[in-house]
Amino acid sequence: MNEVVLTPKEQPYVPIETSTIKPDDFANKSIDEIKDLEVWYGNTSSKIGDFFDVEGESGPTPAETNILIDGDVYNTKRIGQGMTDGKITVNGNVNMYVGAEMEGGIITVNGNADSWAGQDMRGGELIINGNARDYVGSSYRGDWRGMTGGIITIKGNAQNEVAEYMLGGKLIIQGDVRHMPGVHMNGGLLVIEGNVISRPGGEMKNGTIVIKGIVSEFLPGFEYHGIEKDLNIQGESIKGSFYKFKGDFSEKGPDGTVYVAVAGNNHIVP
Amino acid sequence: MEYIIKNGNVYDPLNKIDGEKVDISIKDGKIVDSVSADAKEIDASGQIVMPGGIDPHTHIAGAKVNVGRLIRPEDSKKDTEFSKPDSGKRAGTGFSVPSTFMTGYRYAQMGYTTAMEAAMPPLLARHTHEEFHATPILDHAAFTLLGNNWFIMQYLKEGDIDKAATYASWIIKATKGYAIKIVNPGGTEAWGWGGNVHGIDDPTPYFDITGGEIIRGLAEVNEMLRLPHSIHLHCNDLGHPGNYETTLASLDLPKGIKVDPVTGSRKTSVHATHIQYHSYGGTNWRDFVSEAPTIADYVNKNDHITIDIGQVTLDETTTMTADGPMEYDIHTLNGLKWANCDIELETGSGIVPFIYSPKAPVPSVQWAIGLELFLLVDDASKVCMTTDSPNGGPFTRYPRVFSWLMSNKAREDMLENKVHKWAEKRTSLATIDREYSFYDIAQISRSSPAVVLGLSDTKGHLGVGADADIAIHNFNIDNQDPSADYGAIESSFQRSSYVFKDGKIVVQDGEVTIPNHHGRTFWVDSLYNAELEKQVVSEVENVFKQYYSVNFENYPVQDEYVLKPAPINGIKEAGK
Amino acid sequence: MEIHEDVPCPFCGTICDDIICKVEGDEVVSTQNACRIGNAKFVHAEGAERYKKPMIRKSGELVEVSMDEAVEEAAKMLVESKRPLMYGWSSVDCDAQSVGVELAEESFAVIDNTATVCHGPSLLAVHDVGYPVCTLGEVKNRADVVIYWGCNPLHAHPRHFSRHVFSRGFFRERGRSDRTVIVVDPRESDTSKLADVHVQVEFDKDYELLDAIRTALRGKKILYEQVAGVPRETIEATVELLKKAQFGILFFGMGITHSRGKNRNIDAGIRTIQDLNAHAKFTLIPMRGHYNVNGFNQVCTWETGYPFCVDFADGSAKYNPGETGSNDLLQNKETDGMFVIGADPGAHFPQKALEVMAEIPVVTIEPHRTPTTELSDVIIPPAFVGIETEGTAYRMDGIPIKMKKLVETDLLSDKEILVRILTRVRELKASK
Repeated sequence: MNEVVLTPKEQPYVPIETSTIKPDDFANKSIDEIKDLEVWYGNTSSKIGDFFDVEGESGPTPAETNILIDGDVYNTKRIGQGMTDGKITVNGNVNMYVGAEMEGGIITVNGNADSWAGQDMRGGELIINGNARDYVGSSYRGDWRGMTGGIITIKGNAQNEVAEYMLGGKLIIQGDVRHMPGVHMNGGLLVIEGNVISRPGGEMKNGTIVIKGIVSEFLPGFEYHGIEKDLNIQGESIKGSFYKFKGDFSEKGPDGTVYVAVAGNNHIVP
Repeated sequence: MEYIIKNGNVYDPLNKIDGEKVDISIKDGKIVDSVSADAKEIDASGQIVMPGGIDPHTHIAGAKVNVGRLIRPEDSKKDTEFSKPDSGKRAGTGFSVPSTFMTGYRYAQMGYTTAMEAAMPPLLARHTHEEFHATPILDHAAFTLLGNNWFIMQYLKEGDIDKAATYASWIIKATKGYAIKIVNPGGTEAWGWGGNVHGIDDPTPYFDITGGEIIRGLAEVNEMLRLPHSIHLHCNDLGHPGNYETTLASLDLPKGIKVDPVTGSRKTSVHATHIQYHSYGGTNWRDFVSEAPTIADYVNKNDHITIDIGQVTLDETTTMTADGPMEYDIHTLNGLKWANCDIELETGSGIVPFIYSPKAPVPSVQWAIGLELFLLVDDASKVCMTTDSPNGGPFTRYPRVFSWLMSNKAREDMLENKVHKWAEKRTSLATIDREYSFYDIAQISRSSPAVVLGLSDTKGHLGVGADADIAIHNFNIDNQDPSADYGAIESSFQRSSYVFKDGKIVVQDGEVTIPNHHGRTFWVDSLYNAELEKQVVSEVENVFKQYYSVNFENYPVQDEYVLKPAPINGIKEAGK
Repeated sequence: MEIHEDVPCPFCGTICDDIICKVEGDEVVSTQNACRIGNAKFVHAEGAERYKKPMIRKSGELVEVSMDEAVEEAAKMLVESKRPLMYGWSSVDCDAQSVGVELAEESFAVIDNTATVCHGPSLLAVHDVGYPVCTLGEVKNRADVVIYWGCNPLHAHPRHFSRHVFSRGFFRERGRSDRTVIVVDPRESDTSKLADVHVQVEFDKDYELLDAIRTALRGKKILYEQVAGVPRETIEATVELLKKAQFGILFFGMGITHSRGKNRNIDAGIRTIQDLNAHAKFTLIPMRGHYNVNGFNQVCTWETGYPFCVDFADGSAKYNPGETGSNDLLQNKETDGMFVIGADPGAHFPQKALEVMAEIPVVTIEPHRTPTTELSDVIIPPAFVGIETEGTAYRMDGIPIKMKKLVETDLLSDKEILVRILTRVRELKASK
């Protein structure tokens, strides 16, 4: 296994945007060739070498190529977009679209991620060890077909509309989220270990949401199905007692399920 | 600038040229007898030469087209064009509904130089013309929607065909329109109340007039006005299993009306558009079968009719039509996002994304029905190439449709490997081995639309005096067999080696070279009867005061909305 | 003195086109038919200071300069910025907007309009679920049920009621008394006072109420006895009333586009209208503010495929509100130069955005002294569309109207100014 180490120089005021930071683009390339890969700096075409010191050696295939970004890249967008194999580790924060359209491999961010982490994800694993913002594991504007596969884990909190139009795969948020997790969800599994402010599962048609913390406000379009213990969903074993709801009946013939921990959530039971 | 195109295999059906090597001389935007020795020579050896393509029915400019773009950013993202600021080439996006600049570029790249916007609501006509401004290269025109218009329905109901003709001639002028478009007559008005009409004998609410009466009335009006194009008819019951009977009955209505347009050489009294969607048998989607052979037989036996197909290309696309209730039905069928716009006193529209999956039975049958119609109508001068873009699929798929038509092998490959078995079981496609020639292709995409649109004086042929709109495609008939090498048909029509528009090279090697060339707007300037027009306009004005939400004064399209006007002079005072 | 009739009003998205203007010299001195706000616009009665000459800020002071110098500075800002933002566009005509899109493309800029702070959430909802609308004449002629949700047309669109709801329509011969008017609003307003039914939804609970309405529409029981402060029975009764409509219309405004959930409120609102069509004819119209805010969305969509927030950084059109919106770019500190036209972000953007505007160069095309011009480094005053120059505007329901020129002016139109800047941008780029 070979590793390429990118050490960020100072991040510029205007963001850098590139989908070339991924094993698929680095594999089988010399360090100089990697430095020459294109990044967009605002509206100018630049090169990876302008913003990063590049060292190490790439592997012959993406699967044999690790990328370590050793530092904060809070102003770099689309890291690992579309990657199919290999590993990316970021020791710092990342900007929007980390792991978007990802098909395989592993991305680990030891920091926070901005919005649209794992947008339209197809496979692989994305781990954010800090917080994420809005639209984790969501679809692109207008598309009713969002994330279809892979696993996203957010160790911290996320904000609004996570798992929007989700169709498959798993999204696990260990902290809290704000509004509308799983809006328009149509498949897959969303687990929120912390609290939710409002509207989990709005307009959902299918898929499963499990919430272990407190849901402050719940939607009136669901049907209450009593208490269920120790869930097993998509190979994920989840211990505890949960209120079960089906819905959202604002949609036609829905088969979505929302489980909410019994502890502390008596107020949302009719 | 003078050019001479030499050594190409020329297909020019209106001049009966079938692949012979004929020199084409170009001067001042026109095709001429001869050019000087200074003329630039284009060597078209091993290539085919045709007049520029003409699309007689497409949705490229106007309110509902733009809503089609608006509701589908995920479609826009699928095809992207970068700007080239130094050349004037603009950016664009959109697979099924490209943005305006890109629409012009994509048509031109395929060798198309004229396209007709098939549905223009009078009240929103300015919008259509504004989008034409931003659609480069193509000559164009828009068909004025009249099949659910309150004035038309009222005058026809009262039996006052002269007033109906007067209003039609005035509104075409006022909207800078080109033809009378009829969409689900009576049905879209019924949709104003959430309803529809079924068949041609079902009266629309309040106005109490049937689709059949509207079709017959407007067909008569059309020939009283001696318009270049016939009525352009989108029949009732679009997309319903069993609708072929409605279609046959509708097509019979304009039969026998005397046809004598002021310009052009049209002899037909009805153009049935996207007829694929109107050739369905069965009673529901489960026993759904093709009735294409029945419809084709009618077309073969009758000379008052032309058709375009509305071929399904098996893509994810965006459906859009003035047939408001039909789009609502699609929305309830596929559950995808739905846009609609009802337009006061005039018409309506709807828009829904649609996935024509080759794996699904119904789209596969629809695909096969379109091809049956192309192949079973014997005379290609009665047939025009369309996908009803973007309804059956985007216009950028025309080259692929050509390959299906020219190669039985291409169709066998589809039937055996790609589409659902219903395409074979529910249609006769697998039993047809006819293959189109390049001459046939030139007819359906060039000469047939030129004649039926009444533009064949200057369009759709390569004779002296024609506009120098010419496409050169890289296909060598001496050593390439279209039947075997159908992939090459598609690629050679997708990216022309040369396209001339008004005598200028606008595309070379598949790339647009003059991105800001602006095409003409054709519209019909006629006057049925000056006295009667005064009276009708004053009646219209009274209705405006009470029931429209804009003032009459601000209604007609002002001249400055048409950048390069090409008025076609119609009748003058014929109704006296 | 001249009298101009059938004049379209360049104030709000209703674009009333029945205004009569009396002109003396180069001024409109009085109007008939216009509302108070429209009249004020025509007769320049806003009281704001009108600029007549281009200005550049030099050592902190605005100094009058030649048009050439102002154009030069504006062009330089666009060429030198790494991520220029071109914002506004809602009070200029469509031709100017079209040149604006070309200028943004040429400058590899982001272009965005005021929808970003008003009906932007509606556009996002339209992308997701669609847009079932009609023209305003349909409302007049057919509507027997009229819903206002989170809007107060009596104040924001003063003649809306009299033109489309009180007035008699073809199938509504008695006008107002043929119609049931429902207002959904947390507060009492002048509009709610005119309503037959006022549903006092709890603040920020629009989505919950819509979810309940849709659930009831499908014949399912609403989970809770009370939703958004409204009893279950009231919701069910209202749904029955809606189902019996012959032609229903939903008008909605900022009260719902900017309450909690924003675009999802509109999403659920649109879905409600779509669902209702299984029972009754229903459509909707967003109550657009600026007279040509819709025009920009139209022009931008036909030219680029997207209605606003279009990013030309790499020479193609890219789009993602939340990233490429004006407030996103300002608050995330992505933009390093801002071009403002036909809008007043200084008065309408949040403090955090204004702080960034204060740090970066700002070029403004604007007839008046505004909070934005206070933050601007270059100011170029244009002629007023619809009064001093003509052009096209799109009404809230999508009907394009030709705006008229009533008086003469020495000022350049927005379009002419933009063409000059575009020409200069091309020259500067060529010389680079």
